[in-house]
Amino acid sequence: MSTRIQKDARPDSLLLNMGPSHPAMHGAVRIMLELDGERILNSEVEVGYLHRGFEKQCESRTFFNLLIYTDRLNYVSPLINNVGYVMTIEKMLGLDVPERAQYIRVLMSELSRISDHLTCLAAMAMECGAFTVFLYNMKAREFIWDVIEATTGARMTTSYIRIGGVRADLQSDYQASVQKAIQETRKVLKDVHGLLDKNKIFLNRTRDIGSMTPDGAVAWGWTGPALRSTGIAYDIRKAFPYLVYDRLEFDIPTGERGDNYDRYMVRMKEMDQSLRIVERCLAHLPKSSAALMAGGIEPTDAIKISRTKKARTYIRLSPNLEGAEKAVYKDILADDDRTVLPAKEDAYTTIEGLISHFQYFMKGHGIRPPIGETYFSVEGGNGEVGYYIVSKGSDKPYRLHLRAPCLPLLAALEELIKGRYVADVIPTFGSMNIILGELDR
Amino acid sequence: MEEKKILDDLKKKFTEKILESSVPFGDLTIVIAKDALLEIVDYLRKTPCEFKMLLDLTCVDHAGRTPRFEMVYHLLALADRQRLRIKLSVAEDDLRVESLTPIWKNANWLEREVYDMFGIRFQGHPDLRRLFMYDGFEGHPLRKDYPLRKRQPMIPLRK
Repeated sequence: MSTRIQKDARPDSLLLNMGPSHPAMHGAVRIMLELDGERILNSEVEVGYLHRGFEKQCESRTFFNLLIYTDRLNYVSPLINNVGYVMTIEKMLGLDVPERAQYIRVLMSELSRISDHLTCLAAMAMECGAFTVFLYNMKAREFIWDVIEATTGARMTTSYIRIGGVRADLQSDYQASVQKAIQETRKVLKDVHGLLDKNKIFLNRTRDIGSMTPDGAVAWGWTGPALRSTGIAYDIRKAFPYLVYDRLEFDIPTGERGDNYDRYMVRMKEMDQSLRIVERCLAHLPKSSAALMAGGIEPTDAIKISRTKKARTYIRLSPNLEGAEKAVYKDILADDDRTVLPAKEDAYTTIEGLISHFQYFMKGHGIRPPIGETYFSVEGGNGEVGYYIVSKGSDKPYRLHLRAPCLPLLAALEELIKGRYVADVIPTFGSMNIILGELDR
Repeated sequence: MEEKKILDDLKKKFTEKILESSVPFGDLTIVIAKDALLEIVDYLRKTPCEFKMLLDLTCVDHAGRTPRFEMVYHLLALADRQRLRIKLSVAEDDLRVESLTPIWKNANWLEREVYDMFGIRFQGHPDLRRLFMYDGFEGHPLRKDYPLRKRQPMIPLRK
């Protein structure tokens, strides 16, 4: 068995493997290089080392169950994957999501986008020798992940965005922690601009390296920051507005040359815009009905009361379920008992609630979108995260396909590094933010 | 350009090649004859709406139905902000489909993926190999008759 490059290689050239396990390849990807000295004559990228059969796996899980798999696609911004999947199902069901939940989704998406860009630039800068930038970016990301952790209960495997809304309301002190994250990120961005923007070593390794023309980017199917770095201002948040993005003010930063430096710069500027959106969200977030929750009773007491009469008061839920009490339910979840889990209070104390809870998880019941197929996409950290779902009316998807934004980016790598030096592979690969979890599925 | 106008225009131009057109869940969809793919795609790319980008291409296995497979293409018109889905049926005994690699570069990997997962043979593809699975893997895992938990023997290490 031989690969294409082995067959076509010149007899006097050197074949070199980069990866699948290489310190500068974040993720298991193999780049085979055909070298003449240090110049790359040809290359071949091999993927699939992280293939977990996501699409096959989803076909045997219910629409509710498979949400957890979407966390593990782009693992630096799992919340955006959640949003994309959930909104595809909502599009099929025709669900109206409460406004507060929509704002929370935007807030979490933008925080995830910032953490995505921070991670990408941290790794890219570190591989170019700027270790300080790596540490600074990781520091800022920590503050953002604190907010995500406090809201969703997890750092990476969030599964927070649910069909019909979100799992729980924001924590009571979210304003302060989000403000803190914004401030810290702004500080870090300012420092990173100072460290890298006019840094000669960084410029030498990124300027005019890995350049892509606008036509080339379109022919390769690039989306997201990589496409915008070539000067095409295509952003799904503006082109096909979803959630409440049409009510929020932000700009689409673009580059000019489509090289590594422009991809870096577009990501930096996008983080500024995302911070702007986050601030807007904080200001416009509709009020929660959380005040009603004071004086809730213990679940055991509520069950006792419900045996003889209707329990009127709210129930104090276990800390795991905090933020999902009945009082705030209508703020964060759609009012639809076929597709949304009933409030825990109802499941504990009323027979209707118990039945809907049971039915929701019972095989063959639960969420069943109408027969048909649909495609929906959101703007992820790397570009268009699209889901194509075919439903045949059962509680499992007949076919679920993910449009991974990384795939066209990595496919173009061979073209970008052709004729360059071995050292140019690293910033080019770094500036694309290849997430193998999403690419290999 | 409006959805209806795009459909009317296409129907006028390719009367017999467009088998069906609909807008399910707001997604513009056409079903075309298999042999007309390149012709229609080339037309769509140039005039009048400029569907210049191939967003995605994939396949669906409708096991038990004839024709069994269905190729699904998603195109994007950047300027008009319009998406279009093109579908065509592929029979199990004739798995050949024209490759889009001469038109779109990203079709290369996407078609390799579909070949890997479903076994569709793309005609004119320069390098039709598996993308995710390893060489020596038997079968096409996303087909409905491939069991979820099927195990295949490990292959020996490369020399």
